[in-house]
Amino acid sequence: MIASRRHMIAATLAGGTLLPAIARGEIFASGYHPQASLIADGVWLVRGADEAIDFTNGGAIANAVLIATDTGTVLIDPGPSLAYGKALAALSRNVTGMDVARVYITHLHPDHSFGAGAFDPAIVHALPATRHDLESEGSGFSDAMYRMLADWMAGTHVAIPQGDVAPGEATFGGRSFEIYAMDGHSNGDLVILDKATGTLIGGDLLFHDRAPATPHADIARWLTALDRLEGIAHKLLVPGHGPPDSDGTSIAQTRDWLTWLHDSLHDAVLTGKDMTEAGAMAIPTRFADLKVARYELQRSVSHYYPKLEAQLLPRID
Amino acid sequence: MRIYRAILPAMALIALPAMARESLPADPLQSPMWDYHGAKIFGDDKVVFDDRVKVILPVIAEDQHVVPVTVDARALEGVQRIVVFADLNPIPVAIDYRPLHAAPFVATRIKLDQRTPVRAAVQLADGTWHVAGGWIDAAGGGCSAPPVSRVRGDWADHLGEMRGAGWADSSGTRLRFGFRHPMDTGLVENIPAYNIETLQISDADGEELAAMTIYGSVAEDPAFTLEVEGKGGPVSIAARDTGGLEFSGRIAPASGSNPKP
Ligand SMILES: [Zn+2]
Repeated sequence: MIASRRHMIAATLAGGTLLPAIARGEIFASGYHPQASLIADGVWLVRGADEAIDFTNGGAIANAVLIATDTGTVLIDPGPSLAYGKALAALSRNVTGMDVARVYITHLHPDHSFGAGAFDPAIVHALPATRHDLESEGSGFSDAMYRMLADWMAGTHVAIPQGDVAPGEATFGGRSFEIYAMDGHSNGDLVILDKATGTLIGGDLLFHDRAPATPHADIARWLTALDRLEGIAHKLLVPGHGPPDSDGTSIAQTRDWLTWLHDSLHDAVLTGKDMTEAGAMAIPTRFADLKVARYELQRSVSHYYPKLEAQLLPRID
Repeated sequence: MRIYRAILPAMALIALPAMARESLPADPLQSPMWDYHGAKIFGDDKVVFDDRVKVILPVIAEDQHVVPVTVDARALEGVQRIVVFADLNPIPVAIDYRPLHAAPFVATRIKLDQRTPVRAAVQLADGTWHVAGGWIDAAGGGCSAPPVSRVRGDWADHLGEMRGAGWADSSGTRLRFGFRHPMDTGLVENIPAYNIETLQISDADGEELAAMTIYGSVAEDPAFTLEVEGKGGPVSIAARDTGGLEFSGRIAPASGSNPKP
């Protein structure tokens, strides 16, 4: 399988305008170097690049969190590939002095979930919906990731997590967490509150200074989830992409973008714009600091436009 | 003969020898298939690359089954035909549009099977082709994966249903419309080719405003945006598929609920 994917990659790159082979070799040879920064007592954030998945970042675009407990590290979101998962395992030993003893996957997307293969499957947990969707969509993601990331993905396979996470209180290694089962960014969005520090880890329900991605999103349900997040007492918010914040900015920003996106796409269909015109629409200046805004807008046009046309344009036959 | 050459999908053309010619310009996109398609589509006609032909593509082919393409050649006078094709698609030509009483503007969605140049070739009254386009990256399986409605199994329940609207202003009427249709490519096991192949737009007096030949590389549930002359009466849309089924609909010029963009 991997060999045939490689052939396809080589074929698609021939004659293209992507990075020359030498530059790609240099980028890849430098490997992953994830950095952990302490954001609360016993809680480290490993920031992803605020970019699109690309060969230049090895797909390491999502945030990961390491939390120290008496029996080992809790890792939330093991990243895009086997090699990245292994790099996080090594990072855990550096910063907490212990191995990763439990892994949570917040949702199905490969930039968050594909590093799970670096860990014993018995310690990798997710919501039932996440397990279900990875079983059906994982191989498609895998093809896409190999195509974009090539050698970065070496040895990575779809590691299906146990779908056994239920909402409520969970205690691990003497540390207590509140687990929330939400949805809207995907069919299953796991939210974890570290009670000792009030750190609320929102997964991809929260984007901060980086435009939200919508490939599996239900915007109405996502907005409902944001309301729920706002109602949970916390000291610090950790988004799936972008920097942490303590003043609710990531909630407000994500809500603002999703509301604007929903209204703008409706308006584009009703004013007769085609898909490329909708993808080229002006993005309000209040979103000027959101990274990859144009890219995510055009992706969202692809996710929603045909469905909106079927909903909003009248029958003419 | 010229039309016949241009509208045949390349699958059928592979057996034909490329015509010898001297005037095909070097391809700025350096496509491995430029000479091949150039010979097939343009024959001995003069060809120039021309930035006045705008081919608007997204930054990413997020869904290789539904890749939007907009061609705007309104900067050129006397446009007779607009042929949209993707060099590395198994069915390269997507549409061959003849804007008889319409602006040289068309938007649709196509399937892509891999990273490929997507181009528009615009033929003027003097026979010259004005060509532009760009590379777009796409995952595999756009043409060789079954349509969603085939997987779901409900394609026949909605076959031929049409939706659309019109937006009139002083320069004419923008039409946006689409059909429910699987647009089978014939490249998926056990599913023969089955696609909408002709489209005619006529005004209230029955005069033909625009016509299009359509191929299996146009996306499932094909959708089109055109700009026709006139803003008075309703516009008729008639289409026929390769199975001989005919579909028809009618759009009132101001049925869109908001002003034209
Ligand atoms: Zn996500």
